[in-house]
Amino acid sequence: MSQGNRGYSLSRRRFLRGTAVGGLAVASGAIAMPHVARAAAPVRVGIIHPVTGAVSYSGAQGRAGAMMAVDEINAAGGIKSLGGAMIDALLADAQSKADVGAAQIEKYNDAGVSAVVGGYASFICLATTQAAAKHGIPYVVDVGTDDRIVKAGLKNTFRFSPGYGVFVDTAIKALDQINTAAGRPAKTAVIVHEDSAFGTGTAKLLQKQLGSIAINVLEVMKHPTPNLDFNNIVLRIKAANPDLVIPANYYNEYVLLARTMLQQRVRPKAIYSVLGGAASQYKFVKDFPQAAAYIMDCNHWYNPHKEAALALRKRTEAKGLYFTYEVFLNYEAVMLLADALERAASTDRAKIIDALASSEWAGHFMPYGPTRFVGGQNTGARAVNLQVQDNDIRVILPPEFANAKPIFPMPA
Amino acid sequence: MVEAAIIVPAILNGLTTGAVYALVALGLTLIYGVLHIINFAHGALLMVALYGVYFLYALAGIDPYLALPIMIPAMFALGYLLQRYVIGRAGHGKDENVMLVTLGLSIVIENLALYLWSSDTRTIETAYGFATVDLGVALIAVPKAVAFVGALAITAVLWALMRWTDLGKAIRALARERRGAQLVGIDVEHLYAVSFGIGIACLGAAACLLLPSYYASPHIGSAFVLIAFTIVVLGGMGSFIGALVGGLIIGVTESLGGLFLGESLGKIGVFLIFIAVLLFRPTGLFGQRV
Repeated sequence: MSQGNRGYSLSRRRFLRGTAVGGLAVASGAIAMPHVARAAAPVRVGIIHPVTGAVSYSGAQGRAGAMMAVDEINAAGGIKSLGGAMIDALLADAQSKADVGAAQIEKYNDAGVSAVVGGYASFICLATTQAAAKHGIPYVVDVGTDDRIVKAGLKNTFRFSPGYGVFVDTAIKALDQINTAAGRPAKTAVIVHEDSAFGTGTAKLLQKQLGSIAINVLEVMKHPTPNLDFNNIVLRIKAANPDLVIPANYYNEYVLLARTMLQQRVRPKAIYSVLGGAASQYKFVKDFPQAAAYIMDCNHWYNPHKEAALALRKRTEAKGLYFTYEVFLNYEAVMLLADALERAASTDRAKIIDALASSEWAGHFMPYGPTRFVGGQNTGARAVNLQVQDNDIRVILPPEFANAKPIFPMPA
Repeated sequence: MVEAAIIVPAILNGLTTGAVYALVALGLTLIYGVLHIINFAHGALLMVALYGVYFLYALAGIDPYLALPIMIPAMFALGYLLQRYVIGRAGHGKDENVMLVTLGLSIVIENLALYLWSSDTRTIETAYGFATVDLGVALIAVPKAVAFVGALAITAVLWALMRWTDLGKAIRALARERRGAQLVGIDVEHLYAVSFGIGIACLGAAACLLLPSYYASPHIGSAFVLIAFTIVVLGGMGSFIGALVGGLIIGVTESLGGLFLGESLGKIGVFLIFIAVLLFRPTGLFGQRV
């Protein structure tokens, strides 16, 4: 009897204990444990962008592009070689500041990420790639066009898109080609650039190379980001009266510059930008069609003949976002990493670095040659020339990707 | 090399920009003069006003200039309620508390804007956006010319309000002697909120004048507010005339600085003035309270 009582009493206690543990598990969310235990552990990937501060628009666009790729990979069953491991994206905000970006990388290291994607602005990427290198974290740069990012000898850093060296070379050759075809009407230029790493570096290279195609640089004007007033710069452009105005700056400043030029009736033969912040942005074309018309730009772009690119554009626009280069470059950066994770079949940082270094990824929709990383730079990466025509952005060069012909000089 | 022919347009451009700076600074100086607090949320509230003007245009098709009679009372109401029910209450009468509350408010407002409206830059294109007034020596963009005239007119109205109305007298009395104002039957808390409301209403006006040539984004306020602080220090804390003259001086200094030293270094002149005023004339050019 007593035995039986004890037995009953014990089983009741067990029941109560079991219920309590179960309740706690539900309350703490651990109820999902059996499911997680069966599936492979997720791969932690840091997605860092400046989503607040001066370049926050670009950062937010970049984050959206990266997350579209992450969602797509996870929806398709995750990383197959890791037993269908999901990508667990840890989002961070670099606040448009290099030091904040570097500090976020330290947090990523503590959180045990396998890799990091993003950075966007060159000055942020310079800091974040170095911080990641300290811990051997593989880092895929999304945009960051400053070539010092891949020339610092960091083994962990990979950039799928081209740097400004490639942009300047491509832009100079294309400009010479366009100018020659029109009977060489452009002989002088003014360069307007923002004063951080990206603008300054691009301007220096341009200044050096424009002479080689017989274009004389009359003046180089720099400005900070943000810069609320472009009247002075435009007055100086007006006084210099160049054939070409070449801006290298971020979105807001590019728009203000183009608007002020229109207001002050400064109409050079062309506004020809290299990595122009707004020239290749649908938002600018839609908001200010008059200011954007005929602007030429050498920039990142997708292959307009690839279905996958057009489909991503549709999906992006369905989210109420503009299909900007930040979106598709981040999408591709995550896809490149996913391919490396598949081949590495490991979350080990060193193995992922090896997989990235040996990448021959061909599943992208960019107008690039074969993927091959040398010193962290994809040597297949290429820049294209674009022009705003009929309220749309068209590829004008190289011919194999073009869907329009250049209009130069721009009509009065 | 800067040609003489572009110095005049640069000065005119500085004056037009300076007038709008002055309008932003006017609100700041009024709030300081009466409440003796530095409103760190001033930039964030300017940003809210810019979004207000943007949405009135984008959703209801109301021209920014026609939005003035809507934005001024709306921002006044926002300012009144903030002072009466948030800043005043949370501050418990201590200046340091009030400062922290306004700082906190600015962070909350900016992040709320980021959450609600994203970091997307909002601009509007009006029929007159690219029109210019040809003065012979310079082309002044119509939105800038309107902003200049508008800012001067609003400053004059505000000055007249302070000088000749009972409300203005009461506010001035409160600014000089709180206890005395209380003793003659002035509702101090109400008047504090009214003063704060007027200061914020100035931002509503500034936003209507600014948006045709600038843009709205969650962080736009900070670009203006640092300049506005400098103007308040230069003009004299609490001085209306000081804010106007200071605004014009800072506008021209910034413009000429940008012309001669380049835009990156151009602002150095503004901050040199700031330091010089603090060193040699801490009360500012017109250093007396409202």
